[in-house]
Amino acid sequence: MSLITRRSLIAGGSAAAATLVSGCDQNSLLNEQLLRQILDFGQLMSLHAQRLLLSGQPLVREYTEAEMSPDFPPNGTERPSGIAYFRHMISNFADFRLTVDGMVHKPLSLTLDEIKAMPSRTQITMHNCDEGWSAIGKWTGVPLAHLLQTAELMPQARYIVFHCMDEMVRTPDNSGFYYESIDLFDAMHPQTILAYVMNGKALPVAHGAPLRLRVERQVGYKHAKYINRIEVTDRLSHIAGGRGGFWEDRGYQWYAGL
Amino acid sequence: MASSETTIEPNAPAQQAVAPQREVMYRHTVAVRLTHWINALIIVLLLISGLRLFNYHPALYWGDYGYNGVPSLFSIAALEDIDTDEPVGVTTIMGHNFITTGVLGVAYDLQGEPVAGAFPKWLILPGGLALARDVHFAAAWLLVLNGLAYLLFGLFTGHFRRNLVPSGAELRPRHMLADIWNHVRLRRQRGAAARHYNVLQKLAYVIVVFVLLPVMVLTGLTMSPAVTAAVPFLFDMFGGRQSARTIHFLVANLLVLFVLIHIVQAIVTGMFNNMRSMITGRYVVLPEEGK
Repeated sequence: MSLITRRSLIAGGSAAAATLVSGCDQNSLLNEQLLRQILDFGQLMSLHAQRLLLSGQPLVREYTEAEMSPDFPPNGTERPSGIAYFRHMISNFADFRLTVDGMVHKPLSLTLDEIKAMPSRTQITMHNCDEGWSAIGKWTGVPLAHLLQTAELMPQARYIVFHCMDEMVRTPDNSGFYYESIDLFDAMHPQTILAYVMNGKALPVAHGAPLRLRVERQVGYKHAKYINRIEVTDRLSHIAGGRGGFWEDRGYQWYAGL
Repeated sequence: MASSETTIEPNAPAQQAVAPQREVMYRHTVAVRLTHWINALIIVLLLISGLRLFNYHPALYWGDYGYNGVPSLFSIAALEDIDTDEPVGVTTIMGHNFITTGVLGVAYDLQGEPVAGAFPKWLILPGGLALARDVHFAAAWLLVLNGLAYLLFGLFTGHFRRNLVPSGAELRPRHMLADIWNHVRLRRQRGAAARHYNVLQKLAYVIVVFVLLPVMVLTGLTMSPAVTAAVPFLFDMFGGRQSARTIHFLVANLLVLFVLIHIVQAIVTGMFNNMRSMITGRYVVLPEEGK
């Protein structure tokens, strides 16, 4: 074994991204229309079955400090590129503002200190990556429901869209930034928080500083990092690829409770 | 005319004694045949998409958490020989390393070029993570729906009671040993014994239907954060999310083992007859030897 050095892992998140589009092309031999319908049937069944199962809005299991994993691998972007984020980093997010807009009666623009002054929730929960690994971390943040109630949702509001500061793909129209969305069912859940503390310390850059989403009943890529704008909307079709998220626009499921 | 008839008649009983009339029985109902072939297709889809998913994080752990850096029970990696720059496939089981280049970790493509990947490309679903998740979950739903149809059928028609559950006499050690000896000699069942499943066959089917497949579904559900929010008991049942993932993988291997043995048995005990009975329902019972 001494002759051999461990280089890199066989497949990571970026490798997943690279093979994603070509994967769909490779299956053009099959009747794509029918295949897509069967696959969509699976997604629809999962969404409805799980919503039925979760109709009482149970909490996910919370762990003790002794049960936490010794480490917590970062998911996705580990440091956003670009000077705008770099300025935030070196100023410790002093000029950072979180915008809450869209279908709200009172749009918000909040500093990090103002967010930290709001009611907070601390939870030790398990993070599930769709690649198969899991880690247990401790998060403190403002319940999303509190933010949305402060902004006062309009009756037609249905989706909460998280716009992020990490640019995944360079495009002329700046549409390559990470974004994610959830519906009100998950947005109003008590354990859905915008976290600014991780494992007792300020949220590290690798984990989405200054604000990241914890949406505990869904898998890793739904947990948007580097959030600077929350848009409340009644549909997703007008944003970027129209499927409700950066990965969703590239073939991933919008509902990721499994 | 008259003379030829008289020559045939005396021969007829003698021919019957050597080769008696073959007996055709109706062995498999439409429900069993239909659910069997749907299930066969689903299992293939689940296996190739499951291996595609496994390749994204080819390591298994015990407990709730597990990621790169946590000691694993089982892992497959592509390393590099620093002398030759050649990739080396290494499979690690409970801390013991095995070089598995060509099979696990590193495989060769049609041009003979080494390709890194836990399970080889020819065995896994093409495409990426999103497609593999879609296929795996859609196939899992079909498995559950097809399985429920089969279970309802089996319960209400008495299929399980009559054909699958071994009798007390069959479970006696003497009978079990005789049946094992029949299997070792690859002996085909004849006469009355061929009219029903043998005891090892019954036990294999009962274990697959009532133990292995339900465990696959339940360990699969334990990996869903939404399901465990509603049913956290699943964590306690399997010892944590990563334990459930490990059990899911091990039981998948047992199912693959079952399918391989099942196919070999179907071939050595009369492939044509078995395939016909699983497609049309009709099965030829071989006469007893020496009669």
